[in-house]
Amino acid sequence: MAKQYEFPNRGLPYLLVLPQMLIVAVFFFWPAAQALWQSLYVQDAFGITLIFVGMENYIKLFKDPNYTSSLIRTFVFSGLVAFTAMAISLFLAVQANRKISFSTFYKTMLIWPYAVATLIAGVLWLFMFNPTVGVVAYFLKHSFGVDWNHIQNSAQAFLLVTLASSWKQISYNFVFFLAGLQNVPATLVEAAAIDGAGPSRRFWGIIFPLLSPTTFYLLVMNLVFAFFETFPIIHQMTQGGPNQATSILVYKVYQDGYINLNLGASAAQSVVLMIIVIGLTVFQFRFLERKITY
Amino acid sequence: MMRFATALLALALFAGSAFAEPITIEFWHAMGGKNGEMTQSVCDKFNASQTDYKVVPVFKNDYTSCMTGAIAAFRAGTPPAIAQIFEVGTATFMAAKGAYKPVYQLMAENGEKFDPSIYIPAIRGYYSTVDGKMLSMPFNSSTGVVYYNKDAFKKAGLDPEKSPKTWADMYDMSKKLMAAGYKNGFTSSWATWIQTEQFLAWHNVPYGTKANGFGGLDSTLQLNNPLLIRHFTDLYNWSKEKVFVYGGREGKPDALFTSGEVPIYFQSIGSYANMKSASKFEVGVGNLPYYGDVKTAPQNSIIGGASLWVMGKKSPAEYKGVARFFTFISRPEIQAFWHQGTGYLPITKAAYELTKLQGFYNDRPGLELAILQLNNKPTTDFSRGVRFGNLPQIRILEDETWEAILDDKISVKDGFDKVVKEGNALLRDFERVNK
Repeated sequence: MAKQYEFPNRGLPYLLVLPQMLIVAVFFFWPAAQALWQSLYVQDAFGITLIFVGMENYIKLFKDPNYTSSLIRTFVFSGLVAFTAMAISLFLAVQANRKISFSTFYKTMLIWPYAVATLIAGVLWLFMFNPTVGVVAYFLKHSFGVDWNHIQNSAQAFLLVTLASSWKQISYNFVFFLAGLQNVPATLVEAAAIDGAGPSRRFWGIIFPLLSPTTFYLLVMNLVFAFFETFPIIHQMTQGGPNQATSILVYKVYQDGYINLNLGASAAQSVVLMIIVIGLTVFQFRFLERKITY
Repeated sequence: MMRFATALLALALFAGSAFAEPITIEFWHAMGGKNGEMTQSVCDKFNASQTDYKVVPVFKNDYTSCMTGAIAAFRAGTPPAIAQIFEVGTATFMAAKGAYKPVYQLMAENGEKFDPSIYIPAIRGYYSTVDGKMLSMPFNSSTGVVYYNKDAFKKAGLDPEKSPKTWADMYDMSKKLMAAGYKNGFTSSWATWIQTEQFLAWHNVPYGTKANGFGGLDSTLQLNNPLLIRHFTDLYNWSKEKVFVYGGREGKPDALFTSGEVPIYFQSIGSYANMKSASKFEVGVGNLPYYGDVKTAPQNSIIGGASLWVMGKKSPAEYKGVARFFTFISRPEIQAFWHQGTGYLPITKAAYELTKLQGFYNDRPGLELAILQLNNKPTTDFSRGVRFGNLPQIRILEDETWEAILDDKISVKDGFDKVVKEGNALLRDFERVNK
């Protein structure tokens, strides 16, 4: 049970959290409140005309088939990125955690890509898959006869940003999974081995459940990453195209607010995004956390 | 006594510096690289020419950042005196009465001699009201042209001095180039700007009602007209035949041409220097092709690029300096210097004449061709340019739809009907907040 500490002075704890609360208020609550307020108006770019429209921006948003499909696309994309990135990194972490020669070298090499900036990751993948000069595109064409052209083909474009985004997260997940694996008591695994459990049974029956706090934490982080931080990758590789195939919610907010200067619609989208994130977080901590063994 | 003397001295120094210090005029622009250096040089020349004002250019990355930055600064009450705004932002600025000072008014208020007729009509018209009042100062103007690989033409047995004149030529020549071993015949940058806006002006066919939006905010799009449908149906069919290849939005397909992969390429004349230096083959420049059976073609092409807007909320002294700066940059020798250093078109007729006289076009015929194409005929209601609110959004809509058409998700006709329907909704949104 958690030990409670009593402050002798009732005001002191509030004073101690005040700086943090100030930062949160200025950088989170204030912009959030502004977005809420702006979403109820339509205005011109310069803020000369301001018309109160109530819920109109929201109604328009959900009547727009482009928006609803972007909403679905975002969930599919985030799910795919989180799953791919976590599955691959877990596999790699399990392999690197074994007693093999050069394991430090492997570990270093696998952690290394984390230092690559997201935008640069986008550039690198773009180079490899460039339909004209990319090595992978060339390889696909000449070995499998696949005509790679993500500039025109929606499915390929979606696959490409999913892969690039997952790749970007692998190193991060790898570090956490590796640390998690090293915390699994060797005695438990050995005991199971003596009892006759095979490698697969040992992994799914003992190691994986014991890893669940790490997995849970990473799931949250990966979903948030896919939701928000994949922006540079998409901006660099596809700009949301072709035909909106890679336009996820954050990208739409940017396009409508920044390029199109449609502040009302953009603010309404931010509010929807905010609600989704709050919902996701609550869901994760309320329902998923109960099933996790710490 | 000593203290008094010091105070007096300090006061004298302060007053002296206050009189000697030139008034700073902030100028936000989006010209990177070589063009950025040229912008700096033009400002340096102005600053050296007089002592009252100092124009300070500030690089703001790309056009979008420059525009959103200037708007945000205006909302915060501290806009720059001059902001360089790309052509698609023109309508947004124009409609925002009070956010800017119209150039014709600025010049009149500050007693600068100002004659709009010295500017090239196709450039002037883009930034003027229907009754000819110039609202912003043209700065860097370009137009769409055809670049072609002369070496490839020779290889295919084509005359390297003849670019495709009509779309029928484009098809035939592409076929010959393909027979000579090229995978594709041609590609295009900026499908929105070149294959739609330029294309329609070049054929003298309207893009929208109300003189392409110049006549009022209550205009509607006419992009589902038979000629444009025909053009994009051709492009679609040709992409299936590999005669045409889609290379992405904006300037994304540049590498397809400069790498020698695709021998014919539609791009802005503003990329002239870049196309020449990045290609390992001899580059030719040709006029935009047209449909031979369309009697109204060729008309004139329209401009792209950006103009300088004078922002509101500035002091009279700053406005005086801006007016002087505008007079200065309109001088033939300054324009010629800018034109020759950047590859953008000269904005005045005098600068063109001067450049011609200097023999600059002798080994750069492409640049002259672009100017002549822009001046091919006096502009009409359909070839002055396009002026629609939310144009950046309409362009994105077009790009997306064109990609959907190529990916067989929608037919050409349905696609353009959709652009018109959704585009009109965007125009109504704009009209509503800019009454």
